[in-house]
Amino acid sequence: MTVTVRISDDALALACGADEVAAAFAKAGCTVERVSSWGMHWLEPLAEIDGAGYGPLTADDVPAVLAGTSPLGIGPIAEHPFIARQQRFTFARAGKTRPLNLGDYAASGGWAGLRKAHDIGAEATIAEVTASGLRGRGGAGFPAGIKWTTVAKAKAAQKYVVCNADEGDSATFADRMVMEGDPFMLIEGMAIAAYAVGATRGYVYIRSEYPHAIAKMEAAVRACAHIIAPFVLEVRTGAGAYVCGEETSLLNSLEGKRGEVRAKPPLPALEGLFGKPTVVNNVLTLAAVPWILAHGGTAYAAVGFGRSKGTMPIQLAGNVKHGGLFEVGFGITLGELVNEIGGGTASGRPVRAVQVGGPLGAYHPPSDFHLPFDYESFAAADGLIGHAGLTVFDDTADMSAQARFAMEFCAAESCGKCTPCRIGSTRGVELIDRIRARAPRAADAVERLPQTHNARKGARTLAEEITLLEDLCETMKFGSLCALGGFTPYPVLSALRHWPEDFGAALPAEAAE
Amino acid sequence: MERFAEIIAAHAGREGALLPILHDVQAAFGHVPEEAERAIAAALNLSRAEVHGVVSFYHDFHAEADARPVLKLCRAEACQARGVDALAATLPEQNRVKVETVYCLGLCSVGPNAMVGGKVHARLDGAKLAALVESLA
Repeated sequence: MTVTVRISDDALALACGADEVAAAFAKAGCTVERVSSWGMHWLEPLAEIDGAGYGPLTADDVPAVLAGTSPLGIGPIAEHPFIARQQRFTFARAGKTRPLNLGDYAASGGWAGLRKAHDIGAEATIAEVTASGLRGRGGAGFPAGIKWTTVAKAKAAQKYVVCNADEGDSATFADRMVMEGDPFMLIEGMAIAAYAVGATRGYVYIRSEYPHAIAKMEAAVRACAHIIAPFVLEVRTGAGAYVCGEETSLLNSLEGKRGEVRAKPPLPALEGLFGKPTVVNNVLTLAAVPWILAHGGTAYAAVGFGRSKGTMPIQLAGNVKHGGLFEVGFGITLGELVNEIGGGTASGRPVRAVQVGGPLGAYHPPSDFHLPFDYESFAAADGLIGHAGLTVFDDTADMSAQARFAMEFCAAESCGKCTPCRIGSTRGVELIDRIRARAPRAADAVERLPQTHNARKGARTLAEEITLLEDLCETMKFGSLCALGGFTPYPVLSALRHWPEDFGAALPAEAAE
Repeated sequence: MERFAEIIAAHAGREGALLPILHDVQAAFGHVPEEAERAIAAALNLSRAEVHGVVSFYHDFHAEADARPVLKLCRAEACQARGVDALAATLPEQNRVKVETVYCLGLCSVGPNAMVGGKVHARLDGAKLAALVESLA
């Protein structure tokens, strides 16, 4: 009898050579099934035979795997500590089902949430989501139930559900994994939202950097159109603008305009896409909904920490030994995530900083490792959990270079609508360049902008320049229209606060003497 | 001109049709020519300035033609943490391949990463990156 081998066809697995490994197994006479990724990225390409895992594989390893002599075996995948420690609600099917197979989806509990919604009615559906305590997983953390209630109560001939799949944050790949690994779950979540608020049309707006996710979602939408009818769903492709991850920019982009931020109010819930009431939720928010409906809002809310209910798919990335997707209830500490689950750095050097929440999130030193992972604890520590991406840096990281990058990124991606973001970010780059010019570091791999005419050398002392940078950050934080300009100060100020030596400033302990 | 009309017609009646049209024009011509902007503006009842404003806003659309193959190298934070800046410095000066920077391909635990066409490449080192550039040139 032939051996069945399961290998992911997720973009990350493909980038690591999964197609070549799959071809080698097929050539050896095996039946190859392409499934979603388990999320253990350091083991990709990972092959599963009778529940046992082997990885990371190359095509050359295949004969030894089939002969039972491969040293790359990891034993039963489901019992691997990385998997066994998780609470997988959203990623319950990860690694187990074929992404575009409707039979696999239905057999693993798919569509149970949508059926339940139809059984209990629109109002009770929203009540379940409210009871779950689900907050927007895109970063802002706004309660989903309240947003849905606002749209449901709005009177309009046409309403929309828009899925924000423009997750452009470095270290956040959970959206991509949902779309590539379990697209029907996201569609089911959107169909439930549409039914609950009375919307008949929906869009999934996906960033163009994710061609594999776009292809999977388009195929999935075609395959299940009859199941979600009368709800009509369409996939739209972004065009390479980070700011379109901001919900009002995204709406403008969907309308065919420049992706400029809109001032709020009016809220998109009342005047959203084409001026109509619109639910705009992130992928992970909508993907959590089928589970909530199928199992009940209170079951979801029973997991979590404080006001952060349910689970969070946390993404371990950057210089980390065991990178991947780790879904768990809120409340696990940052140190557990980085050291125990992530295994520390991939380079084997000490951890210097962990950026939490993507490019707009703060850099945290190991002294923050006691922080429980939830919205409030990170806000209290001048940070944010954002989209729950963790980027680990070892001790070779130059933190003033990272601060400079944050400003440079903001300058490159600013939509230009508001002055603090548009001008402030450019001035921020110049300012950090002047600070760095006075405090050169050996490990300086960052390109510098040429000195500009207003960068008069010696016009200000280093301390004055740093005060000016802090001032500029305050202006951006409180004067910007959206999170791009408003949150760029988080990486900048956190780097300055925790690693002043990289800015040429005295360490706090020395300053006190 | 006929090709522009075909592309525009394919999206007739769609809500917010401008971006899908521009994606198709960009894919067909490698850039968005001036004549395309005029044709689109006329068809969608927009000013040419409005269409050009959209073309110039998004990184994916280019007003100028560039026939070189493109390698998109991710230089976002997670790839920085895995040494992409030092890796990029090893790239030899050459003009045959256009090396573009992207901020995040979503493969953040196996960087440094790059994308060529629709194909993604992970765990790049100097030799792999050089081979990738060589394969395109």
